[in-house]
Amino acid sequence: MSFFLMPAPVASRRQFLAHSGLVLSGAAVALLAGKDALAATSGHARSGDVVILNTALSAELEAIAAYQLGAESNLLQKPVLELALTFQGHHKQHAEVLASTIKKLGGKPALAKEKYNFPVAQLKSQTDVLKFAAQLEQGAVSAYLGAVPLFGNRELAKAAASILGDEAMHWAVLRQALGESPVVPSAFMS
Amino acid sequence: MKLRQRVLAVMLALGAAAPASAAADARRGEQVYKRCLACHALAYDRVGPRHCGLFGRRAASVFGFGYSAAMRHSKIVWNARTLDQFLTDPKKMVPGTTMTYDGVRDRTERADLIAYLKQAGQSAECRR
Repeated sequence: MSFFLMPAPVASRRQFLAHSGLVLSGAAVALLAGKDALAATSGHARSGDVVILNTALSAELEAIAAYQLGAESNLLQKPVLELALTFQGHHKQHAEVLASTIKKLGGKPALAKEKYNFPVAQLKSQTDVLKFAAQLEQGAVSAYLGAVPLFGNRELAKAAASILGDEAMHWAVLRQALGESPVVPSAFMS
Repeated sequence: MKLRQRVLAVMLALGAAAPASAAADARRGEQVYKRCLACHALAYDRVGPRHCGLFGRRAASVFGFGYSAAMRHSKIVWNARTLDQFLTDPKKMVPGTTMTYDGVRDRTERADLIAYLKQAGQSAECRR
């Protein structure tokens, strides 16, 4: 889908948001397809890999809770609400794969906290929620980027990079929804 | 050509030797801090502990936060020097830390980040 072919920016944004679930589901499917590869090579994983996976799992569980907060806030309107739920679904898939991989490697998956400290008082509009989500997704991209080189097992690094790609798409779509320009702020991430 | 190479070598050497704090800029550091926001916040604990009150704090001392054994036993007190060392390569300084991040390898970015953390520690958000 190209924004350059659309008549009005607002309409194009709406259309993009409505269709983004279809685009993003591809990354999730690719990640799930990598599950068997992870299991097959688990013998080569280091114990440090389990620690990395558990930190990532903790962050994914927090992201699921954050999107839940946004969805229940009554601040999000369609199609942004649908978008938030789609992204939450991706984070749930990430968490499931991470937890099952940790188990396969003999580790104990982190559990969701009973309570998360989100800046609820600062979330007063749809824009506030989107900014909050965008901030988390940007951080997630950096976190996975910082974790990928640490994996002893290259299949795990590849799977983490797959999640990184998904988080980066989330961030870009949220920036688009916020009307931020440029939507993709730079050629490189850090 | 040789002269150009020598000049380049001197420039690189000067760059490598420059004190990290010389160009520290908290505003740039705030941008670097966005990388930390996957797991950290200033005023509240998340996957990682809060950063308010970081300077002068003993590692693994935020009440109620579940630290790794490695961090609990590290005996680090956070200051500009220890933060610089940790942020360069967290797992090298504290093997076994659950901060599974490759580090901020650029010294200027680290200096900027530390300057921001120091400034943020004095902010209204941290003084509440």
